[in-house]
Amino acid sequence: MDSKIPSGPLADKWTKHKNDINLVNPANKRNIDVIVVGTGLAGGAAAATLAELGYNVKTFCYQDSPRRAHSIAAQGGINAAKNYQGDGDSNYRLFYDTIKGGDYRSREANVYRLAEVSGNIIDQCVAQGVPFAREYGGLLDNRSFGGVLVSRTFYAKGQTGQQLLLGAYSAMNRQINRGKIQAYNRHEMMDLVLMDGKARGIIARDLVSGEIERHSAHAVVLATGGYGNVFFLSTNAMGSNVMAAWRAHRKGAFFANPCFTQIHPTCIPVSGEHQSKLTLMSESLRNDGRIWVPKRKEDAVAIREGKLKPTQLAEEDRDYYLERRYPAFGNLVPRDVASRAAKERCDAGFGVNKTGEAVYLDFASAIKRYGKEKALTSGIKNPDEATIIKLGEEVIEAKYGNLFQMYEKIVDQNPYKTPMMIYPAVHYTMGGLWVDYNLQTTIPGCYAAGEANFSDHGANRLGASALMQGLADGYFVLPYTIGDYLSDDIRTGKIPTDSKEFDEAEKQVRDRMEKLMGGSGIHSVDYYHKKLGKIMWNKCGMARNAKELEEAIKEISNLRKDFWENVKVPGTIDSKNQELEKAGRVADFLELGELFAKDALHRNESCGGHFREEYQTEEGEALRDDKNFKYVAAWEFAGEPKDAKLHKEDLVYENIELKTRSYK
Amino acid sequence: MVDGKPNNEQRTTNNYITMKLYLKIWRQKDASSAGKIVDYTLDGVEGDMSFLEMLDILNEELISKGEEPVEFDHDCREGICGTCSLQINGEPHGPDRLVTTCQLHMRKFNDGDTIVIEPFRAKAFPVIKDLIVDRSSFDRIQQAGGYISVNTSGNTVDANAIPINKHAADEAMDAATCIGCGACVAACKNASAMLFTSAKVSQFALLPQGRVEAVERVQNMVRQMDLEGFGNCTNTGACEVECPKGISLTNIARMNREYLSATLKG
Ligand SMILES: Cc1cc2nc3c(=O)[nH]c(=O)nc-3n(C[C@H](O)[C@H](O)[C@H](O)COP(=O)(O)OP(=O)(O)OC[C@H]3O[C@@H](n4cnc5c(N)ncnc54)[C@H](O)[C@@H]3O)c2cc1C
Ligand code: SF4
Ligand code: FES
Repeated sequence: MDSKIPSGPLADKWTKHKNDINLVNPANKRNIDVIVVGTGLAGGAAAATLAELGYNVKTFCYQDSPRRAHSIAAQGGINAAKNYQGDGDSNYRLFYDTIKGGDYRSREANVYRLAEVSGNIIDQCVAQGVPFAREYGGLLDNRSFGGVLVSRTFYAKGQTGQQLLLGAYSAMNRQINRGKIQAYNRHEMMDLVLMDGKARGIIARDLVSGEIERHSAHAVVLATGGYGNVFFLSTNAMGSNVMAAWRAHRKGAFFANPCFTQIHPTCIPVSGEHQSKLTLMSESLRNDGRIWVPKRKEDAVAIREGKLKPTQLAEEDRDYYLERRYPAFGNLVPRDVASRAAKERCDAGFGVNKTGEAVYLDFASAIKRYGKEKALTSGIKNPDEATIIKLGEEVIEAKYGNLFQMYEKIVDQNPYKTPMMIYPAVHYTMGGLWVDYNLQTTIPGCYAAGEANFSDHGANRLGASALMQGLADGYFVLPYTIGDYLSDDIRTGKIPTDSKEFDEAEKQVRDRMEKLMGGSGIHSVDYYHKKLGKIMWNKCGMARNAKELEEAIKEISNLRKDFWENVKVPGTIDSKNQELEKAGRVADFLELGELFAKDALHRNESCGGHFREEYQTEEGEALRDDKNFKYVAAWEFAGEPKDAKLHKEDLVYENIELKTRSYK
Repeated sequence: MVDGKPNNEQRTTNNYITMKLYLKIWRQKDASSAGKIVDYTLDGVEGDMSFLEMLDILNEELISKGEEPVEFDHDCREGICGTCSLQINGEPHGPDRLVTTCQLHMRKFNDGDTIVIEPFRAKAFPVIKDLIVDRSSFDRIQQAGGYISVNTSGNTVDANAIPINKHAADEAMDAATCIGCGACVAACKNASAMLFTSAKVSQFALLPQGRVEAVERVQNMVRQMDLEGFGNCTNTGACEVECPKGISLTNIARMNREYLSATLKG
């Protein structure tokens, strides 16, 4: 696999590459069309910049407005190596933390570039009017996230993703107003169209009229987000899907590391069978919240039965298990470590809600600490307990108010007075379409950006680094690397859509939809999606083993067969039909799930979010195998997902020494 | 609000009691067909369910009976994307305050309740199907000027080069939290989009970066708002009450000032 990493010293690679690659002159850009599927941070930023550079851009998203892409839901923040806090941060340190956090399964050159452009992202966003949090002196404020020892996370209350996305959306709007972007909202990409082996367009469905449309371009960018919804329950949006990436995979784009999934430690626990999605409680809460379960099983049982309240349990009867196991990082260990530790305690019988699958995230000591501080700075002498708590709650509210409100609405408990209950949930997918240094997939002219590609996070993503990657890809990387490819197309002219390739692709899309509608009609789409989700969560979730992964492959394959025979999709193809939309997405998840399990089965090691029970230390920590698995697994489609062909991209570490990750 | 928050002991929940509900739902085949209210009875609803999960269950029942499910807009289901948009018993996003439809939980209702569910109503929000409306008019208002004209090439000054007063930055942030749901329009008897438009105008008016184009911005956005067929603002304040994000009426006052001074300069 040729990852096209430029030669030269790590810190010079990106600058050198930008100087070496071909450019398209401004007059020629007007003759070149680019399709950007997805309008989240990655797609929105890419579309705005490409249009600004002069290309003709068409954007696609399935929501009714680009502003609603799921990037909107990111809460906690975005990393950048600005070193505004003077705590010794640097591009190298951000690079190092990201590689280590990813458990040494990502590419050095990509990650270094990410760190290098990170500071620029913040400059750009501030210039666009993104209202980041500020200190009283008027300068930008920072907080820390898991897995690092510096404060480099910029945030806008608990709505950082929203503000960054609205920034990208406003940049898009400026270009829409100039006529350089045509936005196709409520449109879904159904397939990729190849001509002479190059990506030359897409088949899309207008989700309002049901009409099938052809759109051609000189290059296609897929920025369609992650595939966490293969688990049915996740923190993703209801519509998040793998369709675009999977269709590209079926047409020749390799899919990398599908089993690298992030299970986020702090989500609101499942409440019942009716549950349709899970809600994240931002990792930033781990700055101030302490995670614990009762020390004694009897207490856990009493709490589950409602006979004991967590606030009644004395300090010495609580097990702050992260602080106990990882004294150096404590509650701020990386996500994979925190999630597994919660599962370990709950599996051992210490869970604290009625399902036994929840641990506490407690703000009582932070409230007291802040309250005392506040009393002191506001000149209150000898404050009583009630005053301290009141002041402390105000500080906590200013920091996390919207999260606390969200929690209270869902769980109906007041987290200022009683600890939150949390449990891990599927949140992010590090795997995705394989791309080279230029973000090009194995199909020429087809690019992937943001969560849809596999690039920068290895086997585990650190908090606040997905927003950074999405914007880095969209604003600063892809618009330049794509020029290198497009420089060959200045004389190509408009790509016609009345070709046999478009005919064929459109026919395939229609046939597939008719087949979906033609099922015998026994079970709904959700019935299958939930079943798939259960298999994934139980057998491909936080801890995996060979036996169960083999079972999962068979079960998913059977479920897929059942789905195609018996799924019930009401309505018609040529009208608005939400069940049909869901059916198409679930059909692809049913294929991806199988590849996911196969990938997890082949990787006989534990690393990052991929934990194989057979490969662990005596203390239950992940046991990596660098000798045999220091590679990216890139899968080539070959009929059935389980027959996919493995290609290995060896990971070369020239600047970092491989170590066992330790957060003790 | 820290104060005035009921603690857990005081709370009454319907969590473990299931409810039977009488639903009256707007059904409309497509934009050109006439719509009507259709009655459904739904049993076994739990307090822990969200309003949309309740509709999921209704839809599963309809599908199994061979009927067409009720279409409604939704995506994030955590109150941030602004997609969900139901008029519930006459109120946008239902009876609870500071929440979107997707954050509304069934514990706010009682066994035996009748619930009327309609799409957001406004001339500028035509119905697409059932409970789904077309809010692209909001996008067009933003396209008319809801941005700062800075290139995204990254050749900007350092982010800390211009300190911004914390109070102004926080106020800009409060205005910027609008999710573009349209509840303000649905709540207003004139179907005015003033709260929505003023939130964006305010965010930029409060920041030094946005001041440069303030005059053109407010004029262009207001012009587009009028073109889309949104009504006038008569200061009833219904929008602020129903806004799930607590966007304040002071934004409208600020926009009026901006508009006035733009016209004077004009
Ligand atoms: C709840 C939550 C909180 C998070 N918090 C943080 C955080 O604090 N910090 C951080 O760094 N990261 C965070 N993340 C991760 C981060 O938000 C995402 O990884 C990132 O925003 C993804 O951006 P994206 O542009 O790749 O995709 P998305 O924003 O998901 O956008 C996908 C786009 O693709 C479109 N699309 C998808 N399929 C199709 C199709 N077939 N046809 C047409 N269009 C399609 C969609 O309409 C959408 O426009 C969080 C994630 C979640 C879920
Ligand atoms: S102002 Fe409030 S009600 Fe109106 S669109 Fe924004 S968030 Fe919704
Ligand atoms: S579905 Fe996103 S706000 Fe309700």
